[in-house]
Amino acid sequence: MSQEDILAGLAAIVNEVAGIPAENVQMEKSFVDDLDVDSLSMVEVVMACEDKFGVTIPDTEVKNLNTVADAVNFIAANK
Amino acid sequence: MSRTVVVTGLGATTPLGGDVSSTWEGLLAGRSGITILEDPKFAELPVRIAAPVMVDPSEVLEPHEIRRMDRSQQLALIAAREAWADAAVDSVDPTRLGVAVATGVGGAISLMEQYDILKERGASRVSPMTVPMLMPNGPAAVVGLEIGAQAGVHTPVSACASGAEAIGYGAEMIRTGRADVVVCGGTEGCIHPLTIAAFAAMRALSTRHDNAAGASRPFDRDRDGFVMAEGAAIVVLESEEFAKARGAKIYATYGGQGLAADAHHIAQPEPEGRGVILAMNRALADADLSTKDIFHINAHATSTPAGDVAESKAIRKVLGADADHAPVTAVKGATGHLLGGAGSLAAIGSILALRDRKVPPVANTVNLDEGVDVDVVLGEARDLPAGDLAALSNSFGFGGHDVVLAFRSV
Repeated sequence: MSQEDILAGLAAIVNEVAGIPAENVQMEKSFVDDLDVDSLSMVEVVMACEDKFGVTIPDTEVKNLNTVADAVNFIAANK
Repeated sequence: MSRTVVVTGLGATTPLGGDVSSTWEGLLAGRSGITILEDPKFAELPVRIAAPVMVDPSEVLEPHEIRRMDRSQQLALIAAREAWADAAVDSVDPTRLGVAVATGVGGAISLMEQYDILKERGASRVSPMTVPMLMPNGPAAVVGLEIGAQAGVHTPVSACASGAEAIGYGAEMIRTGRADVVVCGGTEGCIHPLTIAAFAAMRALSTRHDNAAGASRPFDRDRDGFVMAEGAAIVVLESEEFAKARGAKIYATYGGQGLAADAHHIAQPEPEGRGVILAMNRALADADLSTKDIFHINAHATSTPAGDVAESKAIRKVLGADADHAPVTAVKGATGHLLGGAGSLAAIGSILALRDRKVPPVANTVNLDEGVDVDVVLGEARDLPAGDLAALSNSFGFGGHDVVLAFRSV
């Protein structure tokens, strides 16, 4: 799965969970500051990513996922 | 400090329609919003009759809104948005803006869905929104966040009287000076195999499967129980001073409320109407009305064998001969029983009856029970006279809660 595919899948999840337009979900964006994804929505995003990409994202890792790129890179490296 | 309170906005989503006008039109026409539940998940139940909302929330709200809110919250938000737009309050100090939105059951469906997920997929898949979705104050909180209310966000819970109690609570916030504007009412969205099985186990529900549309028939001699419904009804109340200063359209004046409790049984109504009578008399006193002023009553009457006749006797006892000029209706023939949303829907019925000078008929009711000695409107809508009129709106709940609201025409 390419980085583009992961980004597209993640954008679809963020759209479904938080109602953010998928095209706004870009690599350099911060979940909290740019996309207005609150901590509860972030838990939902993580759960949906685990299901969609077959990865495990431990709670200790979630706090390091500040930007979309952080999440895409983590998924790419761990799937 | 006691200030006059007026009604300036209405919102509803009900089995008769997705807004107030379609709901009111349906009530005036005596149309039924009740149906057979065809979904296979209801197939094995002793009762398969209910009244779902006519416009599903998924047709109105965004997918992420649906995802984050329990159905009772979705319905409350839809009705609150309509009421808020209707009132058109363009500017209010957020610290003077309040919310009182009630529910009878709360987020039961969300709770059960998440329990299924816990069993099937484990704790790691339980939604982080579970608690906000199941908490009974969730609908009030959702509405409060929507409009930015800071004067207080409240949730009275008194089963099927909740929606009325919320309106009374909201009015008190204004009367006592805590707020200038309050969005208040009730909601319910819990049509589920378990809730239906549970009400059916109490033998509270109609089993008229051969005529589901006609299953709810308040005051009819052949009534056999209520019909579970869902929906929300929300009103915007304001201090008269605030509403007049901004040139708001005013539907009616809030007169007052009467609260009492039966102190009799957890679910059965007290047969002599002790609590009902106390609450009606208190509403008249609180609103500074006499029985001569009452020209309409929106009854609680749910279509259960025990409740309807007891209520009609209480009405006659309180109003005496003045009951002869107070035509009685009950919206539940058309809508079924909205539980936590029922009291505020009845209030909207009373408010619109005063505005339009028209009382809707009780849908489906043909033959009045012989114990009913009040003027129940059957068949067609009834005109009310011109002049200053007042109406009462009755709401009662399991637990013995009695809530009566009074409104005056403008």
